[in-house]
Amino acid sequence: MGLVLFFAFTASSFAADTLAQPSHTFLSPLGPIAEHQRDHFFRVIAWTSIAILPVFLFTPIILIRYRRSARATYRPHSAYNPKLEVFIWGVPIVIVIALAAQLWTATHRLDPYKPLPGDPVCVQAVGLDWKWLFIFPNEGIATVGELVVPVGRPVAMELTTDTVMQSFRISALAGQIYAMPGMRTALHFKASEEGETRGENTQYNGDGFPEQRFPVRAVPKADWLDWVQAVRESDLSLTDATYARIGIRGDLSTTGKAIGSETDGPIHLSAPSPDLFGRIMARYHTGAALDPSHQPGSDTYDPERSQLPEEPMVMHGAGAAGCGPMEHADHG
Amino acid sequence: MADALFGRLSVDSLAVLHVFEDATINNMVDSGAAGLVIVGSVAAILVLKVFRLWTPLFRDWLFSVDHKRIGVMYMALALVMLARGVIEGVVMRWNQSAALGGGPLDPDHFGQLFSTHGTIMIFFVAMPFIFGLMNFVVPLQIGARDMAFPVLNQISLALTATGAALLMISLVVGEFTTGGWTAYPPYTGAVFSPGVGPDYWIWAILLSGVGSTLTGLNFAVTIYKERAPGMTLMRMPLFCWTALVTSILVVFALPPLTAAAALQALDRYLDFHFFTNDLGGNMMVYANLFWMFGHPEVYILILPAFGVYSEISATFAAKRLYGYETLVGATLCIAVISFMVWVHHFFTMGQSATINAAFGIATLLIAIPTGVKIYDWMATLNLGRIRMTVPIVYMTGFFFLFVIGGLSGIMLANPSIDFQVHNSLFLVGHFHNVIIPGVLFGILAAIHYWFPKVFGFRLHEGLGKLAAVLWIVGFSVTFFPLYGLGLMGMPRRSASFQDPSYEPLMQVAFYGSLIILLALTTVVLTIVVSIVYRRHLATPLGDPWDGRTLEWWTSAPPPPWNFAVRPQVTGVDAFAAAKERGDVYAPLDHYEPITMPAKTSIGFVVLVTTTLLGFAMVWWLWWLAIVALALLVGAIVVGSFYPPTEITIPADDVAREDRKWRESARQDRGVTRDEEISALNHGRAAPDMVAAE
Amino acid sequence: MTMQLYPGLNLGEAHGPDHAKSETFVFGFWVFLMSDLVLFGMLFGTYVVMRDATAGGPGPKELFDLGSVALQTAALLLSSLTCGMASLALKYDHVSDAPVPPRSLGRWLALTFFFGAVFLALEIRDFVEMFAAGSPPMRSAWMSSFTALVGLHGLHITVGLIWILVLINQIGMQSLRGVIKQRLMVWALYWHFLDIIWIGIFSVVFLGGLL
Repeated sequence: MGLVLFFAFTASSFAADTLAQPSHTFLSPLGPIAEHQRDHFFRVIAWTSIAILPVFLFTPIILIRYRRSARATYRPHSAYNPKLEVFIWGVPIVIVIALAAQLWTATHRLDPYKPLPGDPVCVQAVGLDWKWLFIFPNEGIATVGELVVPVGRPVAMELTTDTVMQSFRISALAGQIYAMPGMRTALHFKASEEGETRGENTQYNGDGFPEQRFPVRAVPKADWLDWVQAVRESDLSLTDATYARIGIRGDLSTTGKAIGSETDGPIHLSAPSPDLFGRIMARYHTGAALDPSHQPGSDTYDPERSQLPEEPMVMHGAGAAGCGPMEHADHG
Repeated sequence: MADALFGRLSVDSLAVLHVFEDATINNMVDSGAAGLVIVGSVAAILVLKVFRLWTPLFRDWLFSVDHKRIGVMYMALALVMLARGVIEGVVMRWNQSAALGGGPLDPDHFGQLFSTHGTIMIFFVAMPFIFGLMNFVVPLQIGARDMAFPVLNQISLALTATGAALLMISLVVGEFTTGGWTAYPPYTGAVFSPGVGPDYWIWAILLSGVGSTLTGLNFAVTIYKERAPGMTLMRMPLFCWTALVTSILVVFALPPLTAAAALQALDRYLDFHFFTNDLGGNMMVYANLFWMFGHPEVYILILPAFGVYSEISATFAAKRLYGYETLVGATLCIAVISFMVWVHHFFTMGQSATINAAFGIATLLIAIPTGVKIYDWMATLNLGRIRMTVPIVYMTGFFFLFVIGGLSGIMLANPSIDFQVHNSLFLVGHFHNVIIPGVLFGILAAIHYWFPKVFGFRLHEGLGKLAAVLWIVGFSVTFFPLYGLGLMGMPRRSASFQDPSYEPLMQVAFYGSLIILLALTTVVLTIVVSIVYRRHLATPLGDPWDGRTLEWWTSAPPPPWNFAVRPQVTGVDAFAAAKERGDVYAPLDHYEPITMPAKTSIGFVVLVTTTLLGFAMVWWLWWLAIVALALLVGAIVVGSFYPPTEITIPADDVAREDRKWRESARQDRGVTRDEEISALNHGRAAPDMVAAE
Repeated sequence: MTMQLYPGLNLGEAHGPDHAKSETFVFGFWVFLMSDLVLFGMLFGTYVVMRDATAGGPGPKELFDLGSVALQTAALLLSSLTCGMASLALKYDHVSDAPVPPRSLGRWLALTFFFGAVFLALEIRDFVEMFAAGSPPMRSAWMSSFTALVGLHGLHITVGLIWILVLINQIGMQSLRGVIKQRLMVWALYWHFLDIIWIGIFSVVFLGGLL
């Protein structure tokens, strides 16, 4: 009964997922990482089912056959059966060995720190309450509330936050990774087809948490270059003062108003300072205590007083513009 | 001056007044809940007064050191907290079912709801249920007179009650944290959560955590040192084995939680920098500390439930447990591995693929002993004579539902899948899927199974079955949609959502939660109806189910000393073996006086002083904290100057009670299992189909 | 039957029922110490993770005064020695039902208290100096973890000292005789346990920090 319900609901969620456009989970992937994750997901279900099907099959049989009123064979002292014992230990052991081998391969293959082959687009994601700031250091642009990536080129993303811990996920493209203040994590993914999906923060960070979503568009390379050009021509530039105001708690429209954006939609910013990401991380490594009024995300945050340090954090293993190869759990 | 006197406390802190300031739906729910606590407390006080129960309450219960009464108090506390936890769950489901584009509750209120719900269900429902069960059952099953340290046992209960009291107070005065039951910093730090919420969490966890640690210690020592003559470890009932392993887990796994909460308190109160953003703080340390507790905690809860399933499968199949040694071994395997998997709670924190894979595989390993256990219980039922009683209905539900929870657990053990469904409703579905059918069904089955031993009458069987079916259906309808929603991408802890495709499943889940509420109501109704018909359901002779283990070899309820003469054990299933050998109610001719620990008020003193201490620390009432601490330490030191008091029950009194019980049992004709669910069942089992083999 | 189901010094058969009664109590205290050890272990782990997190503030090399730490270690080791002597006095001088307990036990306990108090005073002095030198626990995660770990040990020592005072006061009380023996035994375990923890702190924190 339970299994039926489970599959019914899973199936219904698939149906709902396929019907709901645009697609936005790894079950309808837009890129190779999410696709492998989906395949692995179904493989694990299949293998594990071998171990749990006997429970579904034999429990009803035993309960009916050996119900008291049936007066079937009764062995009150039977407490051990060597042949059964082989099955009882054998089945789970064999399945776990099979699953473990696949787990090992899949985990290494889908390691979010592993760069994908090709010339990557570098994106630096900064978690704020309650939006993400995306900096494209090589293109000299930044966005809030929108991520546009070219189809066919890998994306090398490095992440941090300038408030509490958050978790970044674009389900249809890649799994999630935490973003932590003063630290840097990495995520590599690639869109292999055009489409629109969405990304979000999945780690609760206060009242506006459910608002922290953004559309993700995977577009052909030429269109992407056009988009980059359009963003570069934006009137708003990502100065330190603008960044400080983006740090005020609030959703996209609040942020737009705070920095004088004319639309309610995604915010396009030009000319981010090249080492902004490193300086955001450096905020937590100055050797001085950080007053709450300088801390984005706190109740008393004051963008006029908050200042980023001059010098970016020195990061080992990173290329000049960031997004180079990274070590795990990099503290900078 | 006012600050020194009242700390952070002000009239605004009283939640019950919020609705009068602004009559929104949110404030109605908020103030209504606070009002309910106040009305409930006043009603309880009135009932005690009107029925003149004050004296019995203190004399027979709060001052008692009897493990059976302490067990009952744990269960009662857990049941009250369960009611609150379930109602909070329903309110959250209601909010989310209508949360497309914004729900009826404020996001902050929703945040408090999921935080209190989680904290209550783990620390003040599951833990006290398990401890209550262990308290009642373990000493009886090992043939002991009481716990190794009865007074310490009372203090542990008091500390658990303190934590629960702080949770209830937070509903009326101030607010609770919105940081979830895991209280991850830096969100819960002073910079981002300057209010009292996280402090309520910290003190509830710290104080009750001390109580839990002492409980673990007490059971470990009791089981090692107080077993009846002849009861070697490998002759103990399986429930005792799981209780022993759980106790060891508690002793080793609670300190990391204490450390995590204490360091967070240092950060919040004294501006230390363990988990802050600046000056070298590192919240990754917190995540590690918390889950070094958090993962074993899951097994702390579920192992005793596994023990329950072992007991009831053997009893209601009227058959020896299949693979006793295997089950003991599997329990030990689970306990050891449970300390080696904590990283799977944060695969997404950026460690290397090799570390993730290693912890993922360690997690998979747990599936082996767990799977073995389920097969063993099926093998126990196989070739038995199964009675489909209430516990077996719960167990059947557990079989079907728990393996699905196991399946989703195996999925989550894969880092590459976890990257996708971590922090989503899929995860919420998973842990409810293991904890409700695993732990809660086990507890409910245990309540039905041991209730006649505790109170001397059975629970109503029909209502019990109805409740069991409602739980199974309610659980399925509520939590299977969450798997779907998680796969559709919905993050957990969302007060609202924008994706219309979530709405239908959200509404299904809400209706499911109403069924769960109905199931809980039916459980309460079962107890009430059974109390009304208690004469009809009476089983004073103590063995209503043709039990196999020692706890059934005494009257129901048992005398304070449990056994007039401690039984001599020669194998597993000591009572079943004795019944096969001959007359288990034969008169005894020799009785000895019995020395028992006397009543004490120290537990009550601990309850009052630590509740005051916690409340004072939350609200920065430093003077009160000092007074409370001084009273607590003073009581302990002064108490240590008095010799421990004991009472000796004369051999004649013991003999009189015991002879009365044995005599009535011999007079009773006994019932076969066909008449088990009838008024003829007075708790003496007639020999039944033993000859079949 | 010789009962010796826990490690360490037993009262011995000569103590009659007191020996048997101490069995469960001392065993239970061992379990408690194991739990306490895990708590210290967590703080040791936290300290090791945060050993470089000085956030630009002073570190071990600037703050630690090995001379004072050596003195503290000596005081604590001496107190452990006198504590051991107290246990031997309990075991061998309290056997008979002599109405007046021999003075040696009280003397050893007083000495233990003295050395423990010296340790604590030196430790507090070091803390005060560090704080005054501009490195309070709020200065950095390293200083926080140092304060928490060493402070927790100091707090345990404080409790142990109060405990000795209570015990010294209770030794003469007839009504508590058997119980007092048990309490002295577990107190001694506690005291040696703190000694072992200190050796860990000395090696990991102080020597490790200065290397």
